[in-house]
Amino acid sequence: MIEFKNVSLTYPNGVKALKNIDLTIQKGEFVVIVGMSGAGKSTLIKTINRLATVTEGEVLVDSENVMRLKENRLRKLRTQIGIIFQDYNLVGRMSAIRNVMVGRLGHTTTFKSIIGRFPQKDLQLAMRNLERVGIGEKAYVRADQLSGGQKQRVSIARVLTQQPKIILADEPVASLDPPTSHKVMRDLKRVSKEDELTTVVNLHFIDLAMEYADRIIGMREGEIVFDGPIEEVSEKTFEEIYGRPIREEEKRGD
Amino acid sequence: MEIQSNNSNRVTLFKKGFFLKFVIIVILVAGLYLYSVRQTNASLPRMFASFPLFFRMLREDFWPPDFAYFSTALNQLIETFNIALISTTLAALLAFPLLFLSSSTVNRHPLSYRSFRFIMTVIRSVPNIIMVVLMVAVVGLGSVSGILALTIYSAAVLIKLTSESVETIDGRPILAIKAIGGNTPQVIRYGILPQLMPLYLSHILYMLEINLKASVVLGFVGAGGIGQLIRRQMSLFRYDRLGMIIFVLFIVISIIDYISQTVRSRLV
Ligand SMILES: Nc1ncnc2c1ncn2[C@@H]1O[C@H](COP(=O)(O)OP(=O)(O)OP(=O)(O)O)[C@@H](O)[C@H]1O
Ligand SMILES: [Mg+2]
Repeated sequence: MIEFKNVSLTYPNGVKALKNIDLTIQKGEFVVIVGMSGAGKSTLIKTINRLATVTEGEVLVDSENVMRLKENRLRKLRTQIGIIFQDYNLVGRMSAIRNVMVGRLGHTTTFKSIIGRFPQKDLQLAMRNLERVGIGEKAYVRADQLSGGQKQRVSIARVLTQQPKIILADEPVASLDPPTSHKVMRDLKRVSKEDELTTVVNLHFIDLAMEYADRIIGMREGEIVFDGPIEEVSEKTFEEIYGRPIREEEKRGD
Repeated sequence: MEIQSNNSNRVTLFKKGFFLKFVIIVILVAGLYLYSVRQTNASLPRMFASFPLFFRMLREDFWPPDFAYFSTALNQLIETFNIALISTTLAALLAFPLLFLSSSTVNRHPLSYRSFRFIMTVIRSVPNIIMVVLMVAVVGLGSVSGILALTIYSAAVLIKLTSESVETIDGRPILAIKAIGGNTPQVIRYGILPQLMPLYLSHILYMLEINLKASVVLGFVGAGGIGQLIRRQMSLFRYDRLGMIIFVLFIVISIIDYISQTVRSRLV
């Protein structure tokens, strides 16, 4: 469970990116955050694993205050939270399976990971996760030789191999074409449900949000302006979140 | 709408005042050239006049080379190669951990980072030859002084070349590893090394090429190997042997450069 209690965040340059956020995300939910560029979506996601530092209020993950954690405990918490980036953040020169094994680092002793001796069951887990997202045959291909959709699948497999409780995804399909976006979102939703993970995703495109979310959170200028289950959401809701009519290019189509 | 074309908003490719600066720089550079020609008494006619002398020396003194001297030359060259190989290897081992000290991506203490970089710059600014002369004074004539000097110098160069690459590597996978809960050794092993290793190996090979040539020269000032041999034969005016030595040098250095360049082009 993720809780925000009256959270505000002001960046060192004075930008107020989050303002008095109160929010509770239950275990197993698949939440999509929408909002215009600059609304604070990325910032909100980053506070959950402390890639961004809140300046007021508290963020609790499984009742633990994220801001209070010492270096060691923070690393421990981060092993519980997987993150998927827009640009995949893979090491181009390493094979897909090696990149997936990076997800295992938090569960491997420093010495064993440095000399590259991973337990066989971890390697099998990595391979199984590559297969679950449909790219098992690419295991030994270098990451920089994969297509965008395949790279994002490697990064999903990496997150799964981490065996986290929570997945954060910041615009996971923003660099992909529409059909590939849908396939990747479908894979993400499926594995997240299979493993009963709490998932928070930022999306730009409203049709993707409508299709895959259990619950939608709308943000504008650092505040939450909508929060409700997908059944309550219509195009009208998005117009309220964006504060203007929806343009055709904000739907990704398929 | 009509496009304005009066002088005040003419668009040029260069910033205003560029032309004046350019002319001043050209005049300065030309002046420097003239000055250095006068200082050194260099002149094209003088250079051409020395050509016949040069060819006569090649024909009469160097030819025929002393073929019997081949194995001696080769043996000494192997010693030179060993000096280069050992010092490059030691330098690579020495430079590797220090690499991270001198790159701001890993070393986040500004003071130690700055002072370390400063020391490296100082070491690099000492010419090889001076370094060997110093080492000869400390450990005496022979290959050990050459190895010491080359090791220190090439470690500093390797650190310089490669630490700059550490700063330009892709930071995104590193962020990913940190976000997953990886510690610093794991970040280095899985985020930095895969990106860095091919470059580092390539720099090491390049360093080996340079050190091979440098250690020939260093032999002149007492660091052992084929350089010492060249000096001895020169003082004996045995140009036929010198011819043989140069021939062997040419062949071996070409072969090693070729191998190293082929491997390097595959690496990166
Ligand atoms: N590291 C930072 N330092 C200072 N200001 C920042 C930083 N990151 C973001 N901001 C500012 O905080 C605000 C919220 O940014 P954020 O990245 O969270 O928006 P977003 O909703 O993710 O936008 P987008 O859809 O464009 O990704 C913006 O005004 C942005 O300029
Ligand atoms: Mg963003």
